[in-house]
Amino acid sequence: MASAQGSAVAGFRARGAELAPAGAVAVFLVGGAIFLLVGCLQSTTFARLTVEGLASGAVFSSLALALVLVYRASHIVNFAQGELAMLTTYVAYQLIQWGLSYWEAFFATLAIAFVLGTVLQVALIRPVLHRSVIATVIVTVGLFILIDGVVNWIWGGDFKFMPSPFGTASFDVGGVVIPHLYVGMVAVVLACVALVWALFRFTKLGLGMRAAALRPAAAALVGVRVDRMLAVGWGLAAVLGAVAGLMAEPSQLFLSPTLMQSILVYAFAAAVLGGLESPAGAVVGGLTIGVSLSLVVGYVPAISSELQLPFAFAVLLIVLLIKPSGLFGRREVRRV
Amino acid sequence: MRHLPALASLLVVAGVLVALPFILSDYHVSLVAQVGIFFIAVLGLNILTGYTGQISIGHGAFMAIGGYTTAVLSRDHHTNLVVTMLVAFAICFVVGLIVGLPALRLSGVYLALVTFALAVSIPQIPLQYSTFLGGSGGVQTSKTVSNLWIYAAAWTASAILFVLAWLILRGRTGRAFRAVRDSEIAAVASGVELPVYKTLAFGISAAYAGVAGSLFVLATNGFAQPSEFDVFLSLELLIGAAIAGLGSLWGILVGAAFVGLLPQVSSSVPVIGVEHGRDVVFGAAVVLVMLLLPDGFAGLLARLRALRNA
Repeated sequence: MASAQGSAVAGFRARGAELAPAGAVAVFLVGGAIFLLVGCLQSTTFARLTVEGLASGAVFSSLALALVLVYRASHIVNFAQGELAMLTTYVAYQLIQWGLSYWEAFFATLAIAFVLGTVLQVALIRPVLHRSVIATVIVTVGLFILIDGVVNWIWGGDFKFMPSPFGTASFDVGGVVIPHLYVGMVAVVLACVALVWALFRFTKLGLGMRAAALRPAAAALVGVRVDRMLAVGWGLAAVLGAVAGLMAEPSQLFLSPTLMQSILVYAFAAAVLGGLESPAGAVVGGLTIGVSLSLVVGYVPAISSELQLPFAFAVLLIVLLIKPSGLFGRREVRRV
Repeated sequence: MRHLPALASLLVVAGVLVALPFILSDYHVSLVAQVGIFFIAVLGLNILTGYTGQISIGHGAFMAIGGYTTAVLSRDHHTNLVVTMLVAFAICFVVGLIVGLPALRLSGVYLALVTFALAVSIPQIPLQYSTFLGGSGGVQTSKTVSNLWIYAAAWTASAILFVLAWLILRGRTGRAFRAVRDSEIAAVASGVELPVYKTLAFGISAAYAGVAGSLFVLATNGFAQPSEFDVFLSLELLIGAAIAGLGSLWGILVGAAFVGLLPQVSSSVPVIGVEHGRDVVFGAAVVLVMLLLPDGFAGLLARLRALRNA
């Protein structure tokens, strides 16, 4: 009994910590924001790189958030999340080929992604979930290869082109050219994030999902269908992944089966930077990774675009070694 | 007497492997050599994942390091190829220890993330330092070897490394590895030094992957290229280890054969076609194996044996 009470208290404390990040983290974030603002006012190159970074960071955020949703619900990382996103982007491509307009295809794809994610969880993940982390991770790795093979099989490995959702025009803000595309990417991702947040915060379904993720046994006792909540969680993650894929495609100018492979690594780095448990952390982490990659590659001659992936690897490693709980995560306390 | 069945199966495998080159065509010898190469890598990964319980999705990275070691040494110094394999073993052992250091603080999914990122990052390094490591064109060894040479080298190395693994795993070290896998806390409480054994397991298994990488490069006409060591190689190794299951020679042989032969076999699968059949079959197979055979092929064998004895 005492231990149950203790853990409930710890849970509340942890929630508090999540809402208000510790002092050092707040300083880091505010400092970073001021640095970017001053930089943008000083130099148009800096501003251009920052905007580019924010746009690609939005894509990382969306995929990172998908990873976080899955991790919170079942404490595994879905290695197939990126490939799943790539697959749904191909579905959108196909729908457009069949005559749908971009935005019709966009929303139809989100619905298909939801069904796909849910079905995959029920059919493939649920049977191995209780076994071990390694077993579940291996299944997602198998899924990674399977999806890649299926996409290559159906659509082939050559580049596909989709119409641009936001046109090719651009804004001019004080001499800095900002394509509509970048603004659109950030706006769409933020809108989706806000919707997911509202779902979790204001709906009964969201409450059930939070309960199932936080205290599965207790949630089951009060009548939450924990299994079903986990499946819905996978569905939502697949939707966020689809958004990431659809927004990544125009920025890379073409669609190919490798669309999401490096983005997945950046999303990993983003999710870990934010704390694997924290949705807000995933968004902040994604934007941070996006902007810092853009600035570092733009300004540090020693780090060319070939070293972007190793750079993300370094971020991942350093965060895990120095602060494994990330910027917003809570420290994991393990009982023997 | 206890070891008699194991010894017998070992002798059967060895006998068949010695006889095969006299029976098979040159092309088929190269296929079986490929199995030998993956046997080494899967064996190494089995020590880490199966025995010590540390997942790695990045063993293709160690194969890349081993492969480039061989290619660069041979190109620049005309080093004897067998010597380059030993150097690859040593270098990968050290790199494995270094990668194992963060593993001390990480476990489960975090380790999977780091090793995955390693697997994705390593192929970028030759692109960046292209004067030394040849860029996307790669590095070629100064001399190429016949398929029979690779066959002999791969299976001799397999035999040596198999015995080495057996020696490591049967004694104190192996017991410590298994204790770490089953419960880190219990292992520490029983006096197992966690840092030592976790990094050691990483080092050993990386060294095995390094030797496999050397042979892998020699088997592709001595070319070490970034594209050979993409993330799929790492995933395939993990899949091989999952199919192999734990602690069975036959399991590892089956896992290695699966990974080594599938690319060739699946290209003749009718419906799925030449190019992408491999990935579809790979992915479907691993998912099915995980769902139906939780302990891989070794677990299946154990179950069959239990049935027979019952």
